[in-house]
Amino acid sequence: MEWRWEFTWEILPRMLWATGNTLLAAGVGYLIAVVVGLVLMLGQRTPYQIVNIVVREIVEFVRSTPLLVQLFFVFFVAPQFGIKLSAWTAGMLTIGLHFGTYLSEVYRGALEGVPKSQWEACRALNFTTLYTYRRIVLPQAFPIALPGMGNYLVGIFKDTPLLATIGVAELMHTANALGAETYRYLEPYTMVGFIFLIISLPTAMGLRRLEAAVDRAQGKRRN
Amino acid sequence: MTLDTLHPQKLEDDGPLVRFADVTKSYGSLTVLDQLNLDIAQNEMVSIIGPSGSGKTTVLRVLMTLEGINDGVIYVDGEPLTHMPKGNGLAVANEKYLHERRSKIGMVFQQFNLFPHMSALQNCIEAPMQVLGLSRDEAEERALNLLDMVGMSAKKDQHPTRLSGGQQQRVAIARALAMRPQVMLLDEVTSALDPEVIGEVLNVIRSLNSEHNLTMIMVTHQMGFAREISDRVCFFYEGKIAEQGTPDQLFGDPQNERTKQFLHAVLDAN
Repeated sequence: MEWRWEFTWEILPRMLWATGNTLLAAGVGYLIAVVVGLVLMLGQRTPYQIVNIVVREIVEFVRSTPLLVQLFFVFFVAPQFGIKLSAWTAGMLTIGLHFGTYLSEVYRGALEGVPKSQWEACRALNFTTLYTYRRIVLPQAFPIALPGMGNYLVGIFKDTPLLATIGVAELMHTANALGAETYRYLEPYTMVGFIFLIISLPTAMGLRRLEAAVDRAQGKRRN
Repeated sequence: MTLDTLHPQKLEDDGPLVRFADVTKSYGSLTVLDQLNLDIAQNEMVSIIGPSGSGKTTVLRVLMTLEGINDGVIYVDGEPLTHMPKGNGLAVANEKYLHERRSKIGMVFQQFNLFPHMSALQNCIEAPMQVLGLSRDEAEERALNLLDMVGMSAKKDQHPTRLSGGQQQRVAIARALAMRPQVMLLDEVTSALDPEVIGEVLNVIRSLNSEHNLTMIMVTHQMGFAREISDRVCFFYEGKIAEQGTPDQLFGDPQNERTKQFLHAVLDAN
């Protein structure tokens, strides 16, 4: 089995189109996860103990089961209870919820990373709670959350191939289809791996630069 | 003293600026302040000394309303602080009431607690703009004057991480003063500092006392400084004032056995 360049060029347009879908899935999934994470974090900090416990249990439950099982459940089992979702919708919601639970933990850790003494200083200066969050706590929590948020962005991107199992036409799904049509697997799967690599690496590097830039803007590092 | 026996009492005009009336504070079964009575007069400089766990920092924390109290009432400037008038009596103050009353009090912390993501100047203008409603120009003018007074105007654009502990504490003093509080609380403000920078912070406090005649309550381990600067020194033991008096009385001729033991132990250590 040897590498065939003409075959590579022939399937490249389809692979690039699928790359677009992969990026779209990762982007939309991440946006949902960012918002869901925020809701799940706030849901554990309400004045109502019962709400906090229920949300906490939901987070633990989702975090403790595999994404693939959740995907199958939402896409194949839920319709038997009358909830019919397209592959895209099911995929995006499941990824959003799954990674939302992880992000809620990132947010929680970041908020707890802001020392209690900062809250006390704000109280001594008579700030309102809302203002304390907006000007003092969140700006300090953000740099703490940033590395974790970045990790899960790359994490979601790398988990999108699981969507192939429910029929979302992303990279892995397209490579499977090409393999089935042509009986050639070397080029499609190698390209999948290579495409993931050339997107993940610069993204991770860009995230590290962003972290450094935020720290600089807040006066924590010298240029 | 229970709450329904209390009446919203307006203290006489020349009365104390701060009054602790039978104030009790406990954490579970541990009583930190035990029916404390303490009056602080306008322009008075009061030092609080005592062994750790005697409740001296708690006095400042409940006066700053960082923590609630379990019994009694604290008055500031003639009106109740921890409680608000309700019907014929007093009810525990809600957050809105505290927000209205709290601006009379300023506090400087042992660990400075500056906002690390803001420059020294930003630290000092944030609250005057947000809470007092000053314009940016007014707030900056006020802050620059204060930073100048504490000798930090040259470092106004630096973030706290680039400042020494002594410099950070001087900015923290300017930040608290920018709110023009009627009483300043100083909570072991030199305890976290390296010995060589303690003097610069003490000098700022000296000038607040001598030139500006600010009312101050200072919890401190610096016995020499307390003796030099205070109008009155209170020795705390187990949540109560075991002994108080002028610095000369308390340090020169202590009467209480606990005070004698404490001063012996502290002076021996030095």
